[in-house]
Amino acid sequence: MSPATRRAPSLETAAAWLLALLWLSPLLYAFWAAFHPVEYATRFDPLAPLTLANFAKAWTYAPFPRHFLNTVMLVTMILAAQLVLCTLAGYAFARFEFAGRDIAFGLVLVQLLIMPEVLIVENYRIMSRLGLVDTLLGIGLPYMASAFGIFLLRQTFKTVPRELEDAARVEGCGFLGVLWRVYVPLARPTYLAYGLVSVSYHWNNFLWPLIVTNSVNTRPLTVGLAIFGAPESGVDWGVISAGTLMAVAPLLVAFLLFQRQFMQSFMQAGIK
Amino acid sequence: MRHVYGWLLLTPAALLLVGFTHFPAAATLFDSLFSTGTVVRPSRFVALGNYAALADDPIFWQVLGNNLWFALGTIPTSMAIAMLMAIWVNDRLPARALVRMAYFTPTVLPMIAVANLWLFFYTPQIGLLDQLNAWLLGAPSHNWLGDPATVLACTMVMVVWKEAGFFMIFYLAALQSLPPELEEAAKMEGSSRWYFFRRVTFPLLMPTTLFVLVNATINSFKLVDHLFILTKGGPDNASSLLLYYIYQVAFSFFDTAYASTLTVILLLLLAGLALVQFQLVERRVHYR
Repeated sequence: MSPATRRAPSLETAAAWLLALLWLSPLLYAFWAAFHPVEYATRFDPLAPLTLANFAKAWTYAPFPRHFLNTVMLVTMILAAQLVLCTLAGYAFARFEFAGRDIAFGLVLVQLLIMPEVLIVENYRIMSRLGLVDTLLGIGLPYMASAFGIFLLRQTFKTVPRELEDAARVEGCGFLGVLWRVYVPLARPTYLAYGLVSVSYHWNNFLWPLIVTNSVNTRPLTVGLAIFGAPESGVDWGVISAGTLMAVAPLLVAFLLFQRQFMQSFMQAGIK
Repeated sequence: MRHVYGWLLLTPAALLLVGFTHFPAAATLFDSLFSTGTVVRPSRFVALGNYAALADDPIFWQVLGNNLWFALGTIPTSMAIAMLMAIWVNDRLPARALVRMAYFTPTVLPMIAVANLWLFFYTPQIGLLDQLNAWLLGAPSHNWLGDPATVLACTMVMVVWKEAGFFMIFYLAALQSLPPELEEAAKMEGSSRWYFFRRVTFPLLMPTTLFVLVNATINSFKLVDHLFILTKGGPDNASSLLLYYIYQVAFSFFDTAYASTLTVILLLLLAGLALVQFQLVERRVHYR
């Protein structure tokens, strides 16, 4: 990335490659197991016959299409709600002076620490009172007002020059018009970064969805995968690998295509 | 007027935050002071009774200890590997993009999938680890995940693999913000690569190290998904962690009051760590 870095000595280059290979090996192994008959699971014969049977079996052993649909709906619903709620709240914190603002902001930041998965006991109780157990809305609700999103958008909106807002005001825009026409378009990179982190997080999230769901119609991929991959289920290794690869494929492909954006977004999410 | 608008804009998010973060956190504290109600015996106020039970609960101390070992075992190792990865990837390495991708890939995978992949490494006899062991050392088969002595270490190796690439990106960003003149000067002085790392790079990365350390510690209390696949916390709670124990108490033993009590402890631990984090930010020890 930076041009001034020096060339690594060849011994270190070899070590770096070896570590890279080591780091990829669990995934490479999963590919091996998934695409070969079970007799070859631990026999690395380059001439071993390739097969798609494991994928076909995985697809029918577990209701994968339904899990995929649930995950896609869940991720979309959470992201849509987060974008709306965090935009409004971020705008309020960035550009409005109101009584109790700083205290309110402090209270928002509390959620950075106490993520919903820490409060599983009480949140489950709340969901059962609301009748939302085993619904996608029940999985998504605790995550919709995201402190991280509010914080990120507040920081971004604060960098927008006031003059732009004033100009739009003169043109006759109201508060929401200014937000929609000036702030939101300028914050596009932030939305992209936030969107990537949110989608990856909820595509991969497990504990809370496990607790709130109890039927095929609501279980997302991770929960379906956990039931499917449990040793008690007696499914053979190639099929588990195939199922696991199917579940991670969309995110993995997206990552391979947009590596740089992914790494930058994850970094922003970590730094806060 | 701006007061009203400000609050109006904030209201939808505020309602959800209060409803699913602040209220449940307060309710957790409240519930920890009562006993779990059953059909025959309704819930009653027990003051600090649950906390007394907690102090006498050997499993609680065991999972807390596990959490400590888990943090000690995974965080320094993954950070050291992350630093090495970042230094390598920051160099003009052939196929650098590919190497960087290889290091980072585990970060985008769900913990459940990762555990599925690693389960096969640890399976006795047919697992890769056992086969490798037999082939290289001629060692007999070992039930890696079934032995209390090895199970926690097995989960730690997997977590190091999962986390190192994530920490790498922070070190990479820090390395890229270091002035290139330092390296040039070191070259002119003829200092070795190791000396340069020890005396220049490592100290300059210290703020990042502290920052990653605190975040990783907070994170280590939330990493429990793998237990559902690999061990279910066993054998004999040897691999269980605090959050997993909370899950078991609440949803397998249905003792919600005691689960709330355990949650209070978790919240206190997280709050303590947040205080440390806040101190670090205050002292401006991290970049940006």
